[in-house]
Amino acid sequence: MAHISEVNVQAAAVPPTEIEVKLRRQRRISATLRYGLLVIVGLIMIYPLIWMIGASFKTNAEMFSSAGFWPKEPTIQGYIDGWKTSTPYTFGHFFLNSLWIVLPKVIGTAISCTLVAYGFARFDFPGKKILFVTVIATLLLPNVVTRIPQYLLFRELGWLDSFLPLWVPSAFAGDAFFVFMVIQFLRAIPRDMEEAARVDGASTLQTLIYIVVPMLAPAIISVCLFQFMWTMNDFLGPLIYISSVENYPVSLALKLSIDTTEAFNWNQILAMSVLTLTPSLIVFFMAQKYFIEGISSGGVKG
Amino acid sequence: MAELQLKSLVKTYGNGFKAVHGIDLDVKEGEFMVLVGPSGCAKSTTLRMIAGLETITGGEVRIGDRVVNDLVPGKRGIAMVFQNYALYPHMKVRRNLGFGLQLRRTPKDQIEAATNEVSGVLEIEELLDRLPKQLSGGQAQRVALGRALIKQPEVFLFDEPLSNLDAKLRASMRVRITDLHQRLRQEGRPATVVYVTHDQVEAMTMGDRICVMKDGYIMQVADPETLYERPANAFVAGFIGMPEMNLFPAVLTREGNIPCLTADGQTIKVTDGLSHRITTGDGPVTFGIRPQQLHVVAPGTDGAFTATISHIEFMGHEINLHVRLGDAQLVAVVPTDSFDTHFARGDRVGLRPSGSHVHLFDAETGENVSLGQGSN
Repeated sequence: MAHISEVNVQAAAVPPTEIEVKLRRQRRISATLRYGLLVIVGLIMIYPLIWMIGASFKTNAEMFSSAGFWPKEPTIQGYIDGWKTSTPYTFGHFFLNSLWIVLPKVIGTAISCTLVAYGFARFDFPGKKILFVTVIATLLLPNVVTRIPQYLLFRELGWLDSFLPLWVPSAFAGDAFFVFMVIQFLRAIPRDMEEAARVDGASTLQTLIYIVVPMLAPAIISVCLFQFMWTMNDFLGPLIYISSVENYPVSLALKLSIDTTEAFNWNQILAMSVLTLTPSLIVFFMAQKYFIEGISSGGVKG
Repeated sequence: MAELQLKSLVKTYGNGFKAVHGIDLDVKEGEFMVLVGPSGCAKSTTLRMIAGLETITGGEVRIGDRVVNDLVPGKRGIAMVFQNYALYPHMKVRRNLGFGLQLRRTPKDQIEAATNEVSGVLEIEELLDRLPKQLSGGQAQRVALGRALIKQPEVFLFDEPLSNLDAKLRASMRVRITDLHQRLRQEGRPATVVYVTHDQVEAMTMGDRICVMKDGYIMQVADPETLYERPANAFVAGFIGMPEMNLFPAVLTREGNIPCLTADGQTIKVTDGLSHRITTGDGPVTFGIRPQQLHVVAPGTDGAFTATISHIEFMGHEINLHVRLGDAQLVAVVPTDSFDTHFARGDRVGLRPSGSHVHLFDAETGENVSLGQGSN
């Protein structure tokens, strides 16, 4: 160790040459430029969000009198009034409604997509090609096309004004995109571990649960994350199927305050918008690291 | 432990490709059988059919007294070690080892005891709480071995388990596996093993018997010595041994009782014990001689072909002398201390095959026609 520190001291003592100084300066300038640009563009992107958060603490009168995002007299009145809403229900009620849609939808999607993708990726069965093409075809079909037939179908089933039309299709692997995503991920995982499990005596279902699902975790978490955010943000679905205020999820409830108030209380709307965004943001940051982590590495030598 | 029998085993793929052509193989109880062959010879397919990972198109796989064709892998009484270890990446070593027993609903204390025993044997105790990604290649393969051992299966299946290791580690794992097999035999619980490899060194050093395969056919099943000394055909002769056996076309004639062989217009008489071994008449044959049995002599010596040196490889304790005899490229292995250092490329040398080690193969079928009567 003594040697090393001596060497370091010596190296530090040698004055940098002119070229070194020049290169160092150039590097610093280029880094400053790059980061400066990135920060500016980043700020432009996120400014509406920052403004919204700032504005949610303003009074309604202040909102249109200043362009800055920092409230002069911060108040949480917007949150208090917004939470109460103009209906007999608090905003918490709408949050719960959203939860009753999101929860079964996310869980159902995760289970059904994994099962379907496992079948497509690992087994040969008659008609597999045609079925797979069908799945991919539904991926290419615009959602809007199926809205009316779906509406009629759910009306026949008596599911209108309930949460069922919003989550049941997804719980039966109705979202081809997620199925496709998991299939692609599965294809990249070698089969050896599954074969080892079969030799160890695991049934197909045990292999799926004990071996495949843990290796698929990053993909499944991504699926859940996307499904969660898209469902929280979904406006059209609830708008079509849900008619009574009692069953409104947050996305509809936000619009509610615009509809029913004569003069819009923008601060209330913005305050509730901030709250509505929060779960998605929290979930995203919690799950972020699994997005990147590839759990399958290490078990098989590449 | 049980014996393993393959009877007329056939594998045809969906696209009509026939990978295995009705092979028969008996692996005795406690025997270490090595399946060896070049890539694409269906050795792995055969192993996977025994394991139940590949469906069987025709024939029968019998383990002990049961036909296991329609049993799932878990019910066949086998354990398998894969080429790339195939450890469960999300489970610690301890759970990797115990997973098979856990699926069989073995009580926890028994799993614990078995894990400790196996990890002791394989010296992996200190790895038990690590994840597979924290293991080196050799450690991972030992864990994979442990996972097979812990189940006490009737038959062990190895699918090129050492191919992913570096040469040094491969050599030590080879010894370890052979030792383990010997030890189990001494302890009175001999392990029946089917071991697939493309490496003939592994095959020769590990196997009690070796099954050489080519294009879905079995070429020869024999112990390593027989395989080396008495190859059944030109393929086995060329596949087993390093460097490869020299094989080149020649014409067999007889002068009295002494066989004469002509290659590249040169005719040599082969004495010492070849004549009574030959089971074919005069005509074209494939001449086979191992590089170690081709002696360098002065050009024009009796019983020697004269050839031209094309390349000299210094290997340390021996020298590989590449020579050209007409169109054929031959190799002679000469001990370094007896090698004439004045030899250079383009020089003419005499090469005298040692008669008792000459093999003659049928020019058409490749069958060995110099094994003598009554043997095969």
